[in-house]
Amino acid sequence: MTTHASADHAHGADNHGHHELTFLQKYVFSTDHKVIGLQYFMTGVFMGVLGALASYVFRMQMAFPGASVPGFGLVTPQIYNQMVTNHGTIMIFWFAMPVLIAAFGNYLIPLMIGCDDMVFPRLNRLSYQIFLFSAVLLIASFFVPYGGFGGAWTSYPPLASNPVYNQTPYGAPMWLGAVALEFVAFLLGGINFITTLMNARAPGMKMYDIPMVVWMIVIASILFMASVGPLIAGAAMLLFDQTLGTGFFDPARGGDPLLWEHLFWFFGHPEVYVVLLPAMGIVAEVLTVFARKKLFAYRTVLWTAVATGVLSFFVWAHHQFVAGIDPRMANIFTVTTLLISVPITEMSFVYIGTLYGASIQLSTPMLFAIAFIVEFLIGGVTGIFLGASGADIYFHDTYFVLAHFHYTFVPIAVIAVFAGVYHWFPKMFGRYMNDTWGRIHFWGTAVPFNGIFIPLFYTGMAGDHRRTFDHLNFPDLARADLIFWRQFATVSLLIMLGFQVIFFINFFYSMFRGKKAPANPWNANTFEWVAASPPPHGNFPTLPHCYRGPYEYSVPGRATDFWPQNEPAPKT
Amino acid sequence: MWWLLGSEITIFGGLLICYIMMRIMYAPWSEAAAHTNTLAGSINTFVLLTSSLFAVLAHHAAEHKNGKLAALYLWLTIGGALTFLVVKSIEWTNEIRHGYTITSNTFWSFYYTAAGLHGLHVIAGATAMAIVSFDCLRGKNLQRVEIVGIYWHFVDIIWIFLFPLLYIAK
Repeated sequence: MTTHASADHAHGADNHGHHELTFLQKYVFSTDHKVIGLQYFMTGVFMGVLGALASYVFRMQMAFPGASVPGFGLVTPQIYNQMVTNHGTIMIFWFAMPVLIAAFGNYLIPLMIGCDDMVFPRLNRLSYQIFLFSAVLLIASFFVPYGGFGGAWTSYPPLASNPVYNQTPYGAPMWLGAVALEFVAFLLGGINFITTLMNARAPGMKMYDIPMVVWMIVIASILFMASVGPLIAGAAMLLFDQTLGTGFFDPARGGDPLLWEHLFWFFGHPEVYVVLLPAMGIVAEVLTVFARKKLFAYRTVLWTAVATGVLSFFVWAHHQFVAGIDPRMANIFTVTTLLISVPITEMSFVYIGTLYGASIQLSTPMLFAIAFIVEFLIGGVTGIFLGASGADIYFHDTYFVLAHFHYTFVPIAVIAVFAGVYHWFPKMFGRYMNDTWGRIHFWGTAVPFNGIFIPLFYTGMAGDHRRTFDHLNFPDLARADLIFWRQFATVSLLIMLGFQVIFFINFFYSMFRGKKAPANPWNANTFEWVAASPPPHGNFPTLPHCYRGPYEYSVPGRATDFWPQNEPAPKT
Repeated sequence: MWWLLGSEITIFGGLLICYIMMRIMYAPWSEAAAHTNTLAGSINTFVLLTSSLFAVLAHHAAEHKNGKLAALYLWLTIGGALTFLVVKSIEWTNEIRHGYTITSNTFWSFYYTAAGLHGLHVIAGATAMAIVSFDCLRGKNLQRVEIVGIYWHFVDIIWIFLFPLLYIAK
């Protein structure tokens, strides 16, 4: 960008300080990757709060059925469906993906590979604008007659295709449109990440010198691009079924509802690795910095991530074990599903290997990173039970499944994100977050999280089914101990939500009044710590040159325990 | 552009694979497929292939820094796109008049969805080429001719897949 002759000097945003930019140019219509990254972050976090509020509403209903929820009101079955549907949809598409991929990816990738911006800055801005529009469209769906979509985040027809069944004739197509637009935004963003990594690396930065989080975000983008296509086709078909009366998924008209399930899950399964990989990348960065030790097996982690990505395309039907697929197909998918746990476990153990024998500093980001490994392993282990098709006959659609995927998703989307935020906050805002409040926030998040979902494994095994408005309607489930654990889970949620207030106060207060931070407060190696805190437009006064890998910590014989990538090797 | 095309391929690929699988599984579909207008489909195939030729010539002119010639060929390509759309409108009007609408049965649903999605991409490609041609006339951004050309070849290839599946397989 600094050297090529661009035909567009019309837009002021990348004029490198030739004239003062207006507020609109600098903050609203910026093409600077850091601004766009923060825009995605703020929008994503805002949507995450909405998703959390939805969980508050329906968990209160689960714990105290029929009681009016404080601050909300009575939860009718329709409202329950809408809350449950939009909680899942928002958390995956408007919180986890934007924060993990778009926010951290946009902010960190150009900095960590030592260039001044993404290779397609205006495409970047366009992708954020489309994303923002998709979020607005989704929120708008709550305000139309009959409210937002209530057909579950998986949107199975005929519930999703027939407004008579889902009772949300306007919300349903709006929801579908919002999801489709979000897909478009991420496809565009993915193009940027992949091309930037391939083409704009600092001189001297070879493939294995790239920080792991950058690789992970790019691999996730490739996975996303390869998997989402059939679902976009399916979404068009579902939209036509909803609005035009076509019969793509209607057996009476020659269609098949199972077709939707296949299209959805062919995307849905790689999607979980699309969010997992960036989270593991963030954890890798935090672990190495605060263990003062190189990543235990860099190439193994990288190629295992690639293998996981490839394998993730062959496991999707484990979501359909009891949907009426051929049991012989279920056998095949059991094998592949159990197989995929191997590479992921390997990556987790490599991370533990990184900690082994290290000089561990239990900073706040490090606490979250270690918690990620512990909690995610629990999630992974419980997935084994579900991956066996025989066991899944019993477990399918119970709270056991729900507890399993929250034990994977919450570490991914919450714990790893907090690790990343506490770690890179000084870089983004030039100030430290308050460490004491960070630790209080950590314990107030990690402990209650277990209090929510461990009881739900139990209630799931006892027979609590998902998406049920009131379990007391089932005599077998009206047992006192189940009622107790549902309430225990809800109270844990209230505690966990309460502690997030501490995070928000810390975040916004520190942004303006936190202790000022230097360029490299953690004594880390990667390029983003070379730039000033916060980095100026253009990132580096002179673009860095890469001399070594990103994890050269505690190298014997050196005076300091870190060796930045841009420091030339000493001449001996 | 290639990454964009990669994701577009998975979208159309997904749609077409669904179509193929359902076609194999449900016999009555072939009966519906008998009513597509193969002549119109063939004319459109010829039109699109020719328009791709014009796109290549446009790229060739751009390589030789001849902005005006590149713009001319781009407009010939757009002309092909418009012809394609006109033929398609006549064909669809005829089919709808005979009662074959998107809701008639699942074959027609797929037909209109797939061809409609393709048509939207034709319009998008033609629009992009028009915008690029204005810059070309002023001798600017000639490298973009190649990029829209690649996109146009992609749109053409999708049609090459659609044509036998929707028109020839009877």
